Amino acid sequence: MSRLEVAKTYKLYIGGKFPRTESGRTYQLKGPKGENIANLCQASRKDFRESVIPARKAQASWASKTAYNRSQVLYRLAEMLEGRKAQFVDELKQSGFSLLEAKKEVEDSLECLVHYAGWADKYQQIFSSVNPVASSHFNFSVCEPSGVVVATAPLSNPLHGLCFLVSVCLAGGNSLIVLASEKTPHVAISFAEVVHTSDVPGGLVNILTGFEDELVEHFASHMDVNAVIYARNNSKVSQKMELASADNMKRYFNWSDLEGKIKYSPYFIRDLQEVKTTWHPIERISSSGSGY
Amino acid sequence: MSFIAPKSRRSIDQVGVLERAGRFTTRSIKSKSKVEGLKMALSMIDLTTLEGKDTPGKVRQLCYKARHLHDSYAGLPTVAAVCVYPSMVKTAKKSLGSSGVKVASVSTAFPSGQSAQNLKIEETKYAVGEGADEVDMVISRGALLSGDLNYVFDEIASVKAACGSSRLKVILETGELDNFDQVRLASDISMEAGADFIKTSTGKISPAANMPVTLIMLEAIRDYFLKTGKMIGMKPAGGIRTAKQSLHYLVMVKETLGEDWLSNEWFRFGASSLANDILMQLVKQEQGNYQSMNYFTID
Repeated sequence: MSRLEVAKTYKLYIGGKFPRTESGRTYQLKGPKGENIANLCQASRKDFRESVIPARKAQASWASKTAYNRSQVLYRLAEMLEGRKAQFVDELKQSGFSLLEAKKEVEDSLECLVHYAGWADKYQQIFSSVNPVASSHFNFSVCEPSGVVVATAPLSNPLHGLCFLVSVCLAGGNSLIVLASEKTPHVAISFAEVVHTSDVPGGLVNILTGFEDELVEHFASHMDVNAVIYARNNSKVSQKMELASADNMKRYFNWSDLEGKIKYSPYFIRDLQEVKTTWHPIERISSSGSGY
Repeated sequence: MSFIAPKSRRSIDQVGVLERAGRFTTRSIKSKSKVEGLKMALSMIDLTTLEGKDTPGKVRQLCYKARHLHDSYAGLPTVAAVCVYPSMVKTAKKSLGSSGVKVASVSTAFPSGQSAQNLKIEETKYAVGEGADEVDMVISRGALLSGDLNYVFDEIASVKAACGSSRLKVILETGELDNFDQVRLASDISMEAGADFIKTSTGKISPAANMPVTLIMLEAIRDYFLKTGKMIGMKPAGGIRTAKQSLHYLVMVKETLGEDWLSNEWFRFGASSLANDILMQLVKQEQGNYQSMNYFTID
């Protein structure tokens, strides 16, 4: 090449924009041989706070979209990712993935997005119910999204794990703030470009890069966050998160067994739902037969 | 009565105003002074409900909020006033009782001001008769824009006369004025005609209050004070939603007019959602974690 390579500045992804960290802090991302890959933003508590605001805003209108539409948008994510496979393979290789591993990681990510896109308009039928009650009521329970979800992405599956979190959150009508894998954060920020160009409303998915140690407590203590997920297996950090979330009775999920092995199950969507039960008065209990 | 516009008015330096207004947002106000500033901003709020769908119940609820901003936080001030339509003044007056929170009533065919002058005066008398401590009138923007300055001046003066001892706030509706020069002109007319307060907007038009426009009005107040020795109050209204913004405005008042204006006697915020954001910030300062709207009253 007869010119200098134009290197990408990896920034955060907050509210549908790519801002630098408010703190001005950066850290160097090293490759397996100690070579410098990129400078990354070290997100601060304030960056996190700034991402909760758009996440809250975007969530309500996302939840009110039809389930079918949410499914389409998730599928659209897969479409955009498919077109940029090569870039992700390259970036994964920078972080020490072999060509084969990198290709598999991207393929898995695509499969994950399509899998959960399919669930978006189906989980409601599986997890909702009509409940037998001994009074003149038609009693039924439906799922409603928890709201704003904050997660730490798995370390060993930087793209697949991220896609997993995005798809289970979005399929269920939640918005997400996710702390990217610390080993391969640049892949997550490139994925933000995929999110940005695929009909996902700005603010619905926010991606931060930085260190879990300084952030998890703030994730859990923020009153406007409805659920937190820890998907890595550092029990010291997960404990910190769990304790802080117990203070305000926030939903806390330890999905540490996802590290290295992403799973496919609608129950992940179910975890991020609240159940609303309605007692609807009816005239006579006997008229509707058993079971009602 | 008439308003004699100075022969040559120096035009407002637009670039300078924008630049100066931008500077006020760069002050660092932290911890203790932040808490004090936020409490001060709370005490300056005119909680407002000006909807066609307002009911006595809604007004009573707002009045309750005015007196009990967030009971679990000790030592909070009340807001300065509750701002309603004339028909709701009595209800508001009754539910505020002896709390010290004032009742402000809009008047003069709010928000458009498109009505006959005698009706506007009657409306003002009605509002005052119902017990309004303060009257928020709108100027006739059409007359101002078509150059009929005396009409605007006389109208304000006669509404002021109808106010009796109630304080008069004059709304310029800066969003409908074409440029900064007109904002300055309207401010000067209002103050000469007897306004106790000048106010940016009705809140019904976008853009509502912003910092450059408020700065121009504050400077008009300053010049009027230097000329006559009379203090005039300022009320930016609409568009101020966050605690941070309210601190920026307080900085601007202090650096333009001085500390004498830093009380709800001379400075007000016309806002309804601002109160909750300030409360969230205060609780955050106290407890250390960021708050959610879910734990504060909706109105």
